[in-house]
Amino acid sequence: MIDDLRRYLDNPRNQEAVFDYLLVHMRMALIPLVLGLLVAIPVGWAAQRNRRLRAVVLGATNILYTVPSLALFVILPSILGTKILDEINVVVALAIYTAALLVRPVVDAIDALPAHVLAAATAVGYRPLWRFLTVELPLAVPVLVAGVRVASVSNISLVSVGALIGVGGLGQLFTEGFQSSYNPPIIVGIVLTLALALVVDLLLVGGRRLLTPWQTRPARVKVTAVRSAA
Amino acid sequence: MIEFRAVSKRFPDGTTAVDALDLVAESGRITVFVGPSGCGKTTSLRMINRMIDPTEGSIHIDGLDVRSTDPAVLRRGIGYVIQQAGLFPHRTVLDNVATVPMLIGWGRRKARARAAELLELVGLPEAMGGRYPGQLSGGQQQRVGVARALAADPPVLLMDEPFSAVDPIVREGLQDELLRLQSELGKTVVFVTHDIDEAIKLGDRVAVLRQGGRLAQFAPPAELLARPADDFVSSFVGRDRGYRGLSFVDADGLTIHPLRTATVGEPGSTVDDWTLVVEADKRPRGWLAPGSTVDGPLTEDVLVPGGSLYTQGTALRGALDAALSSPGGHGVAVDAGGALAGGVLADEVLALLRRRRHGRDDQ
Repeated sequence: MIDDLRRYLDNPRNQEAVFDYLLVHMRMALIPLVLGLLVAIPVGWAAQRNRRLRAVVLGATNILYTVPSLALFVILPSILGTKILDEINVVVALAIYTAALLVRPVVDAIDALPAHVLAAATAVGYRPLWRFLTVELPLAVPVLVAGVRVASVSNISLVSVGALIGVGGLGQLFTEGFQSSYNPPIIVGIVLTLALALVVDLLLVGGRRLLTPWQTRPARVKVTAVRSAA
Repeated sequence: MIEFRAVSKRFPDGTTAVDALDLVAESGRITVFVGPSGCGKTTSLRMINRMIDPTEGSIHIDGLDVRSTDPAVLRRGIGYVIQQAGLFPHRTVLDNVATVPMLIGWGRRKARARAAELLELVGLPEAMGGRYPGQLSGGQQQRVGVARALAADPPVLLMDEPFSAVDPIVREGLQDELLRLQSELGKTVVFVTHDIDEAIKLGDRVAVLRQGGRLAQFAPPAELLARPADDFVSSFVGRDRGYRGLSFVDADGLTIHPLRTATVGEPGSTVDDWTLVVEADKRPRGWLAPGSTVDGPLTEDVLVPGGSLYTQGTALRGALDAALSSPGGHGVAVDAGGALAGGVLADEVLALLRRRRHGRDDQ
């Protein structure tokens, strides 16, 4: 077993292939993460400000997220006019999932901001867009990063499903292994997928620390005084 | 000068928050809006900087209708202090204070220099500028809130229950601080509170509002206490208004008696009457009860705690309170520096009031 693995990895051709798969996997997981976030932020902002829009958008994102990924990979080419084996299909599909996953955290994060902080921002003379970009969004970072962490893990694992239509990054190793009943590529694929998820997650946590220097203390449980009936 | 001209605000659900309000807040003065919850005081305040627009009527600042100015631009020229301070948690104290100067394009360096000046003005150490609001106490946050509101030197300052979320002792300190700042800066202040004592302490004029947003009385505090316009005002002003009215009566002609004193650290003896114990610098520490004997040097642990202190030159209320709260009946009067000036008696405060009243009758 170990010998098999060593033999597989010692082969320069395999090394090159695995490295290529890893790069493709990162690209196909992380580009949609950024795209999805860029869509989710303005959509979430608009939904947070308009009650009717909020109901529609939150309902739509729930439904979008339940569409099976394989189905989406297969349907998208006919909608986008792309070839069935195009990487873009997976990228767009995952961007849709990411956006669907992140709209709610954006809405929730803004909902949770203290009213007195927002009123003060308005009262000192911020216009709505500038207030969102410089007050609401930075304060939403902790909640937003929590959402992005979930989305990143979800994307990194979903890319593998793309292997079923021939574009799956590290997922290709699984199909190769299954087709030839040969375990080493499968093990390498699993280990690298997990490692990639872990590294991206650590980077996200580090990024949150950098972006939220004001959160120096660990999150505290908020105790709200109960107003007595008297 | 801020002028409300027949201003009404009705919300879509049919409630009337403010009903035909006519009122002028004078330049350079503190005008207080006070009333129970639901009286429209905060709504009235927020109509000045257009966070809410009136349904009818208009509001003018120095003759100019506020609705003729873009809201964001208008607000940058009006300081605003909110309950719980409303500081931006993700910005340092210094950058919080620099917010409005940055918005109006002063540039970072100049805005921060100005912010540092403001921190000093509100009595916060410069080192605090680098902290985040979450690391400050409630009282300190409120000072930062005041500094932020003053940063761009706006002529008008709106304050919406700014001190109601801090404890009573801190609140009193902040109120004194506001009066000191106001004596230096002379802003046109509109201050909202539900606390009638705060209104009377801070206001040059006080507008008492009743539920449904109607103005019940608009008068200087002394007049509010002496001549409430109706039952609502008199019940809102409270039971102690006769006593509180003494806050506006000067103490000219009140006799200050010499007191028996002893000094901390000096050899003790037996005292046959209430004796005030002072520090070497004449600051009062407490009383020795009649008949008490002190062996050895006089220490503070044998003392009976004293009552409130009356600072010479302030209103009669403090003198009466000092006398009433003193264990021996002699209220302790101190000078502006806190050193003992002498004693005051409750009887003499009342006698002085009686003489004043007769004096008025004779005219």
